[in-house]
Order: sequence, then structure tokens, then C-alpha cells
Amino acid sequence: MNLTPILTPLILGAGAIVVLLADLLAGKGNKTVAQVVALAVIVFAGIATVAVWGRGGPAFYGQVSGDGFASFFNLIFLLVAFLVVLTSPSYLKRSGSNYGEYYVLLLLAVLGMTFMASGTDLLIIFLGLETMSISLYVLVGFHKQRPRSNEAALKYLLLGAFFTGFLLYGIALVYGSTGSTNLEAIADYVKAASTPLGGYMGIGLALLLIGLIFKIAIVPFHFWSPDVYDGAPTPVTAFMSTAVKAAAFAAAMRIFYHPAMTLGIPWDKALWVLAVLTITVGNLAALSQSSIKRMLAYSSITHAGYLLVGFIARNELGASGMLYYLFSYGFMNVGAFTIAYLVNRRGDGSYSLSDYAQLGARNPVLALLMSIFMLSLTGIPPLAGFFGKFYVFSAAVQAGYVWLVIIGVLNSVISVFYYLRVMVIMYMREAEDLKDLERVPSVGFAALVCGLAIVLLGLFSGSLLEVARNSILTIL
Amino acid sequence: MFPSLNHYLILSAALFCIGAAGVLTRKNAIIIFASIELMLNAVNLAFAAFARHWGDVSGQIFVIFSLAVAAAEVAVGLAIIVALFRHKESVNIDDVNLMKW
Amino acid sequence: MESVFFVILAVVTVFSALMVILQKNPMTSVLFLILAFFSTAALYVLLSAPFLAAVQIIVYAGAIMVLFLFVIMLLNLNRIKEEGSPLLKALGMMVAGMLLVIAAVVIRSTVIPSDSGFVAGTEPGFGSVEAIGRSLFTTYLLPFEIASFLLLAAIIGAVVLAKKKL
Repeated sequence: MNLTPILTPLILGAGAIVVLLADLLAGKGNKTVAQVVALAVIVFAGIATVAVWGRGGPAFYGQVSGDGFASFFNLIFLLVAFLVVLTSPSYLKRSGSNYGEYYVLLLLAVLGMTFMASGTDLLIIFLGLETMSISLYVLVGFHKQRPRSNEAALKYLLLGAFFTGFLLYGIALVYGSTGSTNLEAIADYVKAASTPLGGYMGIGLALLLIGLIFKIAIVPFHFWSPDVYDGAPTPVTAFMSTAVKAAAFAAAMRIFYHPAMTLGIPWDKALWVLAVLTITVGNLAALSQSSIKRMLAYSSITHAGYLLVGFIARNELGASGMLYYLFSYGFMNVGAFTIAYLVNRRGDGSYSLSDYAQLGARNPVLALLMSIFMLSLTGIPPLAGFFGKFYVFSAAVQAGYVWLVIIGVLNSVISVFYYLRVMVIMYMREAEDLKDLERVPSVGFAALVCGLAIVLLGLFSGSLLEVARNSILTIL
Repeated sequence: MFPSLNHYLILSAALFCIGAAGVLTRKNAIIIFASIELMLNAVNLAFAAFARHWGDVSGQIFVIFSLAVAAAEVAVGLAIIVALFRHKESVNIDDVNLMKW
Repeated sequence: MESVFFVILAVVTVFSALMVILQKNPMTSVLFLILAFFSTAALYVLLSAPFLAAVQIIVYAGAIMVLFLFVIMLLNLNRIKEEGSPLLKALGMMVAGMLLVIAAVVIRSTVIPSDSGFVAGTEPGFGSVEAIGRSLFTTYLLPFEIASFLLLAAIIGAVVLAKKKL
């Protein structure tokens, strides 16, 4: 039996159980053990991912494929998870919900994601998505003492389960019109079919797409995300806005980049409208936010829209640009949320922008890092955020979507306003009462890693794009 | 021949839409949940009908997994409702008003 | 014979589904949900899926519904009144009705290549415990294992959330 394609999830699954047991043996009150073991599991899984990079091939009756595409996404999930685990304990301690189960659920969520990226059968993708979602419903509500966290969890769960119904109906219709849930078998059937498969197949794929873009929070299926991101524990928000979107994009690319899946339906026109709406709505809403957590939530909607531009382009540069974008976006957003958490640590959980007054004087390093994240999210060269946008936009121009790119660039200009506002507040505004920032070494370290990664990914953007380009060969 | 695949599919679609209507119109989280279960049940019926149509057991296998997923979602969902009830003494989603629905 | 059963079961299922979403009292609503699940289980038997019928009753009508009723009684939810806005109700019904119309049109207009497999019935043993078990532990071994992690996540999650003190 060829276990190479599922090596990463195998380590994560075994690791989750080890964390559970280690937490039990360490006894109450000592949660550092669980965190350290979880970090070790993630590092180990990361090493394994790199060691078997792209050498997995199809396995388990063609249900999974450990190709470069899966490896690349696994690395994104693991890096984000590593940073999130690093920053979580201080939040959990303060919120009074410092339980080892947090890390177990996080590892299981990543396990689900790896199957979304490597699954080549709709059943595997569905189960991966649900493993991820169920872990996330709990993680969103993990801050039990805070009603907002509970409400966010309920909202996410009810809507998530509702859209699971649509996703599942979509799979049922695809299965019904082709007789298989395996992507290769479906493609073979579609190619060989004498009668056009318009009806069921088209609606099935549309429902499948709706189920996936709900998880990415594309307009008009975005309405849950600001509230859920706001209510969830901040490290979980960072995780959701990066890794979950990446996982859902991975599944969407795996399914819809297959040439047979177009069926002559103009997906690009429908997605064109959604992309424009997503970018614009996210941007305009972000402008008026006074809480940095909500602002970042809306900004993550906008970034999902930019990624959708790359998705629509449907060419080599678009796909590899998306991979680059998702990779660097993980660092940017996790970094920004980390600093948002550090700055508001003493606050009342309102994450007000005014807390940033004079941060430049109070803590120059933190302010510098936050500036890097904001500039990168805006897309200022030579930071990684610029190249991500540049690649997906040039891919769209290559594919002939000039207007889409013009709208995207105009929106990028609007976004300068709310990203730079944070910097203006940090360096220009006078603070009324200066609060000392508590120093949390592990969280600071995570922010530093993110900042360095963004600068380095910007400087060496070509090499990462090259890796991404080699990773997408199997899916295009 | 009656009932054919189409009759099962229409029944399944009707159940799915009734479930969706329940989610969209009701306010009680428990009933919304029950409506979601109706929707998943409708999809399972479609899967079973397609499995019979193709004479292929994999459709039935899919139903088993979707049952497992539904059970897991219910367990977590009801746990969230219990946790929420400790704070609010209500399962009416309009009372969940710290955030807009 | 099959057609008579189908009509009866279809009517019962649709009726109880409607009652689920129309009842004021969550308890009644959930009891009708059980009825809907039972009649769906009977439909599975018609679709030559006896194992699914059994699983449906054990998992859905058994486990899931007990959980529902348990929570309703634990939280004493029957006394809670809900006030829905009529506008929202009408809107929701309209959306659902539109979905149904679209579905009906698509189903009617879709020509299924050959319906013979459905009519002729299936080979003996199709959908039996043996057939399902064999394929569950060979072809579908990997999904089976993923499902075990999914259930692990759900167990841990439910305990973490519902337990007062961990």
C-alpha cells in the first residue's frame, strides 16, 4: 500500500492523538506540554511534506494524489498552523479557556484541509471539508465565557451546515449524471458522453461551487464572515482567514481546473461578477470600520476577491500566482492579527483602532512590523503582497479580462486609505493615556517571522513562483 | 414505469426545498437545525436513487458517510446551543443580538 | 405494488417534512422529523438499499433524534415563543418555492440516457450488508478512516463546548 500521498495527514492524525494523551498525562494547569507537542507534530509533518514533495502520485484507487499541488498547499496549512499554535497560549490563558483540546482540534482541522488539497474524489474532498468545518465550529466557540464567541459559533455552524446541504446536493447531482464521484472517472464520462450533460451536471457543479465559495466568503455568501471572524478567538480568526480560504481554493482548483468540468458553461462570466462584487463590497465595508479585527475581516473578503481574479484567469500564471498569493497572504494576515492581538491585549476586546495611537513611539519594532503587514496587504513593492497581486492581475490580463483587472487596481487604490490609516494613527496621532504593552516572547517571535517572511518572499518572489509553477502542472 | 428515477428526484427536491424554507423562515435554532437535517436527508434520498439507477454501490456508501457527517454536526451544534443557553436562556436567533444575523 | 408504496411513503414524508417547519413547538417538530426519517428509511427499502434503511433508523431516528429530544428537554425549550416577521416568512417561502420550480423544470427537461437500470431492478445482493461492507473496507477504506477522525473531532468538540468545567 502506497502511503506516501497521505503521509502528512497521517502524521497529523497520529499527532492529534499524541497531543490528546500528552495533555492528559501532563495534568491540569500545565498546557505548555500540549502546545509544545503540537508544535513538534506540525514541524515533523512539515519535514515529511518537504521530504516527499510531489512524489506521492495517485493512490487509494485514485482517491488521493500526493502531487506537488497537494504538497504546496500542505506546506501553507502547516506554516499557518505553526504560527497560530505559537501565538495561541497567551490568548487562551487570558480567556480562561486554556485547554489542550484546542491544539487537537487545530491539528484535526489541518488534517481535513490536507485532504481537501490532495483529494481527487469528491467523497474525500467532502470529508476533508467537513473534518475541517466541524473542528472550526468548535474552535470559533472555544472562548466559552464570551457570549460573542458562542454566537459566532452558532451562526457559523447553522450557515455552514445549510451550505453543506447545497454542496452535498451538488455532489449528488454530479454523481447522478456521471455515475462516479472520482474526478478522473467523471472527466472520462463527460468526454465520452454522447448526449450533452447540461441539466444535472451543470446545476450540480454550480451547487458544488456555492458550497466551496461559502467557505472562502465570496460575496454574496460572505455575510457570515465579519461576525464570525469578530466573535472567534483572534488566533482562530487568523487561521480561518488564511488557511481555510486556501483549502477551499485548493479544492475548487482541483475540481474546476479540470478541462472536462467546464461543460461549455460560462463559469468565468458568473465568477467575474462575483469577483467584482467581492472586491468592492469588502473594500467599501473595510473603509468604515473602527475595529481592526473587523477591518481585517473585511479586507480578507477583498483579498479573496483578488484571488478569484487569478482563479478566473484559469491559466498557468493565474494558478501559480494564486499559490504564491495564498502562501504570502498567510504570513501577512496571521502577522497582522497577531499584532492586533498584542496591541489590544490590555483592552476590552474591542480591538479599537485608537489603541494604536503613538505605537511608533511606544514600541517601534511592533509598529515597524505592523507597517510591513499593512504595506504588504496594500500591495506596495517590493513586499510579497505586491507580487501576489501582480501575478494574478497579469494572469487575468493574459486571459483577456482587462476590465476585471482595472476594477481590481482601482480597488487596490481605495484600500490604501484604510491600510495606511493604521500607520498614520501609529506614527502621527497623540495618545491620551499611554498603556504599556505586555511583552509575550512567543507571540512577538511569530510576528517577527511573519515580517521577515514577507520581506524575503518579496525579494525572492521569482523562486517561489517557480516552485508554484512546478506544483500546478498536475492540475491544469 | 412508476416510480422512476425522476419521481424520486422530484420527491428529493421537494424535501430539500421544504428544509431550505424552514431554515429561511424559522427563528428557533433547534427547528432550523431540524430543517437542515431534512435537507441532508433529501440529498441522501437522491444519492440512493442514483445508486439504484447506476446499479453502483458507491452512491449508497456516500449516504453512509453523509449520515456520519450529519451526526457529527448535530452533536457539535447541540453542544453549541447548550453552551449558548448558559449565557442567554434563549435559542431564538433574534435574541442572539450582539451581532447582526 | 411498488408504486402504491411509493405514493403513500412520499405523501407521508412530504407531510411530516411540512409539519417539521410549520409546528410552533420544537418538540412536535422534532417528532415529525422522526416520522420523516422513518418513511425515508422505507423508501430506501424500495430503492433496494436495505442496509441504508437500517442505518437510517439506527443513526437518525435513534441517535440523532434522542440527542435532539434530550437537548429540548434539558433546556426546557418548549416554553419559548418565537415571533417571526411575516415579511421574512413570505420571502423565505418564495425563495424555497422558486428553488423547487427550478428543480422541477430541470428534472423534467433532463433526459436520462437510459432508465433501464432503474426499472429492471438490480442484481441480487445489491445494497446488502455484505456488498456495502466489502466495498467500505476495500475501495472506501481511506474515507472510512477520515470519517473516524471527523467523529473524533466531533466528540472532542461536543465535550469541550457542553461541559461546564473541563
